[in-house]
Amino acid sequence: MGEHTVTSFDDDLEHIQRLINDMGDLSGTMVSGAIRALLTSDSALAQRVVSDDAIMDARQRELDDRAITLIAKRQPMAQDLRAVVGGIRMAGDLERIGDLAKNIAKRVSAVGQSPAPRNLAHGIEGMSEMVLEQVNGVIKHYIGRDGDALRDLRAADEKIDVKYTSVFRELLTYMMEDPRNITSCTHLLFCAKNLERIGDHVTNIAENAYYVVTGEQLPSARPKFDETAQAALAE
Amino acid sequence: MNILTEASVEKKLSPMKNEPNIKMRGEKVTVHYGEKQALFGVDLAVPERQVTALIGPSGCGKSTFLRCLNRMNDTIDGCRVDGKITLDQEDVYDPKIDVVELRARVGMVFQKPNPFPKSIYENVAYGPRIHGLTKNKAELDGVVESALKKAALWNEVKDRLQESGTGLSGGQQQRLCIARAIAVSPEVILMDEPCSALDPIATAKVEELIDELRQNYTIIIVTHSMQQAARVSQRTAMFHIGYLVEEGPTDKMFTNPDDKRTQDYITGRFG
Repeated sequence: MGEHTVTSFDDDLEHIQRLINDMGDLSGTMVSGAIRALLTSDSALAQRVVSDDAIMDARQRELDDRAITLIAKRQPMAQDLRAVVGGIRMAGDLERIGDLAKNIAKRVSAVGQSPAPRNLAHGIEGMSEMVLEQVNGVIKHYIGRDGDALRDLRAADEKIDVKYTSVFRELLTYMMEDPRNITSCTHLLFCAKNLERIGDHVTNIAENAYYVVTGEQLPSARPKFDETAQAALAE
Repeated sequence: MNILTEASVEKKLSPMKNEPNIKMRGEKVTVHYGEKQALFGVDLAVPERQVTALIGPSGCGKSTFLRCLNRMNDTIDGCRVDGKITLDQEDVYDPKIDVVELRARVGMVFQKPNPFPKSIYENVAYGPRIHGLTKNKAELDGVVESALKKAALWNEVKDRLQESGTGLSGGQQQRLCIARAIAVSPEVILMDEPCSALDPIATAKVEELIDELRQNYTIIIVTHSMQQAARVSQRTAMFHIGYLVEEGPTDKMFTNPDDKRTQDYITGRFG
């Protein structure tokens, strides 16, 4: 894409893109930190994730301010307009990812008090790897302007939904085996649900990013595989 | 009892059609000013009762194309127009066409307001009078009032119709020129950057007026303001160095245009 006749317009747009990139990096750091803290009962790390959320919120406010100012000053058109509006929306989803990571981090101390959380969290570890890959991938593909990769990444969320269902069943089994596991497993269940929600925010980001990059909307229908409602009835 | 004629059936069905009627159409329009070629085979259809915006950088041919539509280019020495331009499928360059009548059907509003140095009343009454559209003074008064009302100027000037038109503010003068164009009951109104000499409030009034006028008229507007084109038009055509680059629904043109040149122009990236 060529440069604007007014070069400060390019600077303004780049700044917004840089903020999205930063928020994407930070959300990846927060999610991996929260899961590591959960698996190793590392309360110091959990605390860092909680405080990182304040940085995330500040970034989002800065991005909103800059985007509104840019619209007022430059009246962007076409791909510029899509980048600014898409930026605002992606920042909203990234901020929510930060909130969900913080929520996982806050549960670390509660889970840690119960015996052997590590064994119980085995399924969550696998799920978190999948989610982390999605979080890091979506921003990379957006910055790389790769529409096809964004479409594929959105479809890949289905695997997380399937994994969530299996984690749900696994945790139910632990709870039935030994009622002393119920407190830990309930917290872990919330953590798994948070990861699943993070996956959903990533698909939102992928949809917005795809629109910014291509100018086309992805079809609204996407396969859904949350079978926990049925699983609960079946058990 | 079936006395519905085919025509009346068609009339009843026509509102169901989504495709608007094409009011004016240019086919392979080529224009030379002496040796210099200004337009290269432009094909453009202008739908009825819609606003079509022509955009593009200076010297792209958009004003030249606009001026072909009511043969304003005839007045320029050395100007040659080839190809075909039709108004309701009638060739406007047909030698049998009365150019004066054509310009009454296809009126024009210019960049700078250019009222006659006469009274406000006379500015509007002039056209209907020379075209013999009214039988008496009372009828002419009615036409003047109605044109000034349609141009959203009546309330501001009704008590001073005998004052000079040149004494009005720029925005009022431009609306007076629009009233003058409307007074002869045109079918198409051509506007060549009608707001470029106006302040934002006068511009807003003219834009509001354009929106109302499109209920009854087909409007083609040349503008340098992207935002204005995006606001007032339903279709947008992008010109560049004498070629029509792209034409389509305005909503699409300003959010996701197909052609790179359109993209570069509307986003302010033209080199």
